[in-house]
Order: sequence, then C-alpha cells, then structure tokens
Amino acid sequence: MLSKIVRTVANQLILFILVFGLYVIIHGHITPGGGFQGGAVIVSGVVMLLVAFSSQELKKSLRERVLSIVESSGAVIFIVLAFAGIGTVFFYNFLVGTPIFGRIPAPGPGPGDIWTGGVIPLMNFAVGLKVIAGLSAVVLAIALFSSGEEVEE
Amino acid sequence: MRQVTGLILLLVLVGSLVSGVLLIHPFGHPDASDMDDYIIENAQEETGSNNVVAAVLFDYRALDTLGEATILFTAVMGVLLLARTLKRKEESS
Repeated sequence: MLSKIVRTVANQLILFILVFGLYVIIHGHITPGGGFQGGAVIVSGVVMLLVAFSSQELKKSLRERVLSIVESSGAVIFIVLAFAGIGTVFFYNFLVGTPIFGRIPAPGPGPGDIWTGGVIPLMNFAVGLKVIAGLSAVVLAIALFSSGEEVEE
Repeated sequence: MRQVTGLILLLVLVGSLVSGVLLIHPFGHPDASDMDDYIIENAQEETGSNNVVAAVLFDYRALDTLGEATILFTAVMGVLLLARTLKRKEESS
C-alpha cells in the first residue's frame, strides 16, 4: 500500500478513467476505439488501483467469480448477436433499419449519431465486458500470486 | 525408417514454407483494390456505422473478432489455471 497522497489521487482519478473508458466503448462505431481499446483503458485504471492499494485490499471488491461471470456473459452476448442474424448469414447485421441502433448516417464525413451501426455498438459493449473482466482477472491473479496470497475462488 | 519419414516431412514443410515466401507478391502488387473500394463506399450505407474500421471489425470480418475474443478467453483461462497450480504445488511441497 502506497502513501495516503497516492491513494487519494487514485481514488479521485479512477472516476475519470472509468468515464473515458466507457466513452471509448460506447462510441466505438463513431470515433476511433471500440471494445478492446476501451476495455484496456478501464483495466489500466484497475492496475492503478492495484498499485496504489494492495492486492489484498482490491481482492475484497473484485471477486474472481464475479469477474468470470461477467466475462462469460460478454462472450454469450457476442455469440447470441452472431446467431441472431443467422436467417441471412452468420454475423449478419440485422439491426440496420430498425428503431434500435438502426439509423443510417449521411454518406461521407459527418458528426455521427449514437443510434447508428446496428449490432456494432452492442458487440462493442460485449467485447468491452470481456476485456474488462478478463484482463482484470489476469492482473489480479498475477498480483495475488506474486504477493503469496491465495487466489479468491 | 522413422528418421527417413521425419526427414521427408521436414523437407516438405521447409519446401512449402520457402516456396510460400518466394512466391509472395512483391510489395504493392497487385494493386487490386476492389474489396477496399467496396467497403469504403458501402460501409456507411450497409452497416450504418460512421467508423469504417469498426464496421469491418464487427460486421464484414466479425468471425475474425470472434477468434480474437476466443484468444483472450484462452489467455485468461491459462493464466488463472497456472497461478492456481503453482500455488498448490508450493503448498504441497
């Protein structure tokens, strides 16, 4: 555990990191970024908490069972979205033209609209869940292992 | 017998790899850009996504992204498995 100054700054900073990571994930179909990148941003915040506090402290709030459930649900959402379009072809973008994320932007450069992209925003979200939970579990497991603690089931 | 079979297999493998490297197209040739042009022109209309890279990743080549997610899953599983096994070995010894 580091000094009180570092811990306080990390406490304040984690909120902004989470907001930025969520922004990168949710706007993946408009701006550069997406599920993988935004998830990595959020996991960098988790690593910051891991450095500022000890891994034993972080273990209390990040349980491995919850992380594995979140990661598996991300994978399940991804596969279900892939199979939902199987009437045409595997991974068919069946939401284009429907009221849910179905608007079609004007061709060429534009400001972008959050309600576009069909299944792309949903898939970004699923991949983001996967990356957040998976990489957090890896970092936490390695930190706990190197500090000699038992990995929380 | 086994050594001869191994040698033949090795030669076939090395030959196919070397021929693959030698037969590769020179850099920038051929400049057939039909696929790129199609995606650049139609991605916004077909997927509704302003970010064409995201459209390729999650629509045109989504199967590739599924493989990527599987790799991530396998990596996480391997790390967790390894950390636990090493821990248990330390305890038992």
